[in-house]
Amino acid sequence: MEVMPKWAEVILVPLISLLLAAILSALVIMAIGEDPIAAVQLMVTGALGSTYGWGYTLYYATNFLFTGLAVSVAFHAGLFNIGGEGQAMLGGLGVALMCLLIPWPHWTLALIGASAGAALFGAAWAAIPAYLQAKRGSHIVITTIMFNFIAAALLNYLLVNVMRPQGSMDPASARFPEAVHLPTLHDLLAPIGISFSKAAPANVTFLIAVLACVLVWFLLWRTWLGYEIRSYGKSEPAAKYAGISPTAITMIAMLISGGLAGMMAINNVMGEAERLVLNAVEGAGFIGIAVALMGRSHPFGVFLAAVLFGFLYQGGAELALWTNIPRELIVVIQALVILFTGALDNMVRMPLERLFLMTRRGSG
Amino acid sequence: MTADDTSGRQETAAPAIELKGISKAFGPVQANKDISIRVMPGTIHGIIGENGAGKSTLMSILYGFYKADKGEIFISGQKTEIPDSQAAIAAGIGMVFQHFKLVENFTVLENIILGAEDGGLLKPSLSKARKTLLELEHEYGLNVDPDAVIEDLGVGMQQRVEILKALYRQADILILDEPTGVLTPAEADQLFRILDRLRAEGKTIILITHKLREIMEATDTVSVMRRGEMTATVKTADTSPAELAELMVGRKVLLRVDKTPATPGDVILDIKGLRVVDDAGVERVKGIDLQVRAGEIVGIAGVAGNGQSELLEVLGGYADGTGEIRVSGQPLDLAGKRADGRSRRARGIAHVPEDRQREGLIMDFSAWENTAFGYHRDPSYQSGVLLNNAAIRSDTEAKMQRFDVRPPNPALAAKNFSGGNQQKIVLAREIERNPDLLLIGQPTRGVDIGAIEFIHQQIVALRDKGKAILLVSVELEEILALADRVAVMFDGHIMGERQSAETDEKELGLLMAGVGS
Repeated sequence: MEVMPKWAEVILVPLISLLLAAILSALVIMAIGEDPIAAVQLMVTGALGSTYGWGYTLYYATNFLFTGLAVSVAFHAGLFNIGGEGQAMLGGLGVALMCLLIPWPHWTLALIGASAGAALFGAAWAAIPAYLQAKRGSHIVITTIMFNFIAAALLNYLLVNVMRPQGSMDPASARFPEAVHLPTLHDLLAPIGISFSKAAPANVTFLIAVLACVLVWFLLWRTWLGYEIRSYGKSEPAAKYAGISPTAITMIAMLISGGLAGMMAINNVMGEAERLVLNAVEGAGFIGIAVALMGRSHPFGVFLAAVLFGFLYQGGAELALWTNIPRELIVVIQALVILFTGALDNMVRMPLERLFLMTRRGSG
Repeated sequence: MTADDTSGRQETAAPAIELKGISKAFGPVQANKDISIRVMPGTIHGIIGENGAGKSTLMSILYGFYKADKGEIFISGQKTEIPDSQAAIAAGIGMVFQHFKLVENFTVLENIILGAEDGGLLKPSLSKARKTLLELEHEYGLNVDPDAVIEDLGVGMQQRVEILKALYRQADILILDEPTGVLTPAEADQLFRILDRLRAEGKTIILITHKLREIMEATDTVSVMRRGEMTATVKTADTSPAELAELMVGRKVLLRVDKTPATPGDVILDIKGLRVVDDAGVERVKGIDLQVRAGEIVGIAGVAGNGQSELLEVLGGYADGTGEIRVSGQPLDLAGKRADGRSRRARGIAHVPEDRQREGLIMDFSAWENTAFGYHRDPSYQSGVLLNNAAIRSDTEAKMQRFDVRPPNPALAAKNFSGGNQQKIVLAREIERNPDLLLIGQPTRGVDIGAIEFIHQQIVALRDKGKAILLVSVELEEILALADRVAVMFDGHIMGERQSAETDEKELGLLMAGVGS
């Protein structure tokens, strides 16, 4: 018998966790002599009060959607992919090569090509740790972390020594040609009469990220491959009994995971920067872990969590801009959210379970 | 009869243990409901009940692992609080667990004093302990070499060490939790002789088991538990196995399997010179030959860990082996890509694994997802690239009905079914595929008596349809009741084969211990 109804499990637990994180954050803001209510108001108006704010919130959310889905897929196979950061960096390289080397006639074709490049490079970067795990038993947490550093060093080298245009002082690739610039939400919404901020970086990739959510859900719960991935993640001995190959599933799940992380690059590299710069990922790979944890590795949960973290990112930036609350405190608030929704999950869950039991006994 | 009746005749001494009104709930599950029991000193008191009846919970409360929600504990008439196992030991209670708690690479003596050392230096403790230990061994006839390393000892000897550990801590009350689960029949007999001796020396013993035979052989008094309640306490001499079974289950139970003599047909499974080496490089199966014919049940008897599991794993396609196996005349791949569960199923081999919770089921998956498990790539469960969830669900519903799975709810997660119903889900999945060969390991482990009857009937019915069945079980009684032919495994070899009608527990017991032809 389930102790809690499903709605309490999926909605109530994260909501209370968030509330606790908010209360603690408010105390911290009060402790440095600022007004927490004003801070919340500023965050909300800054992130959600205008299409400009929404444009940034959704832009960040798009990044987190891809990395969150990446972590989720691996997690369903029982694999903890900490390498989203490095895989997204390599995805950026794939996007840059696609955009710079092939003369695309139209952005739609370029988007397809760049997506393929991003997914391919991200998947390739995940393939090595996956192979080491499947065949040699090298722990995937260790290898994917190491591959983040290798990716950073590799990009550093390529951007400084190979891809930097002649005469440029900037460790970045050349600008992508005009033809591959992706339409922003402003461009997409204008024809149907909705005015959206021109300055915000949210672009067509957001729609692709939403599509990715649906496809991941489909993969995991409607195909036999997803069934095998989830089976393997729940119990390796059972998977072996059923004739599911651990090697194959480890490889496939990590390739999909790396591919998803890599696809983040079409948002930040192709959609926003329009060239490949150093440290383009900006930690989104790690935020993906928190997003997947909070979203319970379910695509819909990941969507909500990604938007929440997009809000925290954009709202936090506004706070840093308009108040004396230092930028570091924004990180503290984000960390509190991760702590409460991810790590301290049981702290909320257990008392809630007890509460539900009591009401059930009372009525039954 | 109730607890009061039995104790009424022994009013002279205070009970060694008296529990009054013990209740304990885990979440929504009431594991113990208002349990009262008196255990008289110098007796062997059996506690019998099905898996999940609450026996282990009750003993864990007595040993301080859990705190009772309600109720009182009296030790020799004194009200006693037992907040942890230290307090239990101080109160003179010793526990011998089903899974031994010994440090494998320590000597017997080192294990005995572990946690009971006096002083910071080891040497004086050891020499003092050696003297006490030898006295104890002498007093109770428990001969164990104090300097032997645990991993070199057999299970029976390791169990003696556990008993000595308790005695060394001056236990007057010994609780043994399913002590014969890993023993051969001969070792079990030895254990019961030791328990007799301990009783003669005035110790009180609580024996927890689900085996009726042991209760009848070893105990003075027996208490029966069902669904968290103590349903009866009776003098062993005044009861019978049938009565105890009925008290455990709550209805009349058929203890024997009804079956006609087998009519074996063609050879379905033909094993020649099979060898299996495990991941650690140890040879587990050392060249065995075995045949199973259509329409017969061949039972593999043996103490757990003598190669039976590895045999099933190779046949089931998830361990590599060398040698030759033919199924219906065609060779089976024993290593490589075609040696997996899926290929085996395609060859008409169904497998009910020994450990259903670890292998046979995904505990978090729903019953319908588990019904597709292993057959999820079967065309009947597909529509295009997608799983045909509706087809799987309706198939599950039909199977649940035919196998009387309760509750008949395909959406319920496997972990929320009882052991017996979990096993029925696995059996339904494997048997309804109408396999040529059914591999079945420990078909009734952790299954309640009521469901055992049903499961045995299903296995016999499959045999009567002319299918070959290879049964592995550590329950000798089950093998004798179910199998037509018995092969005994010991140390990776088949020690002998017998027609089950022409053999008995004693003969098989000797083979299981590696003695005999």
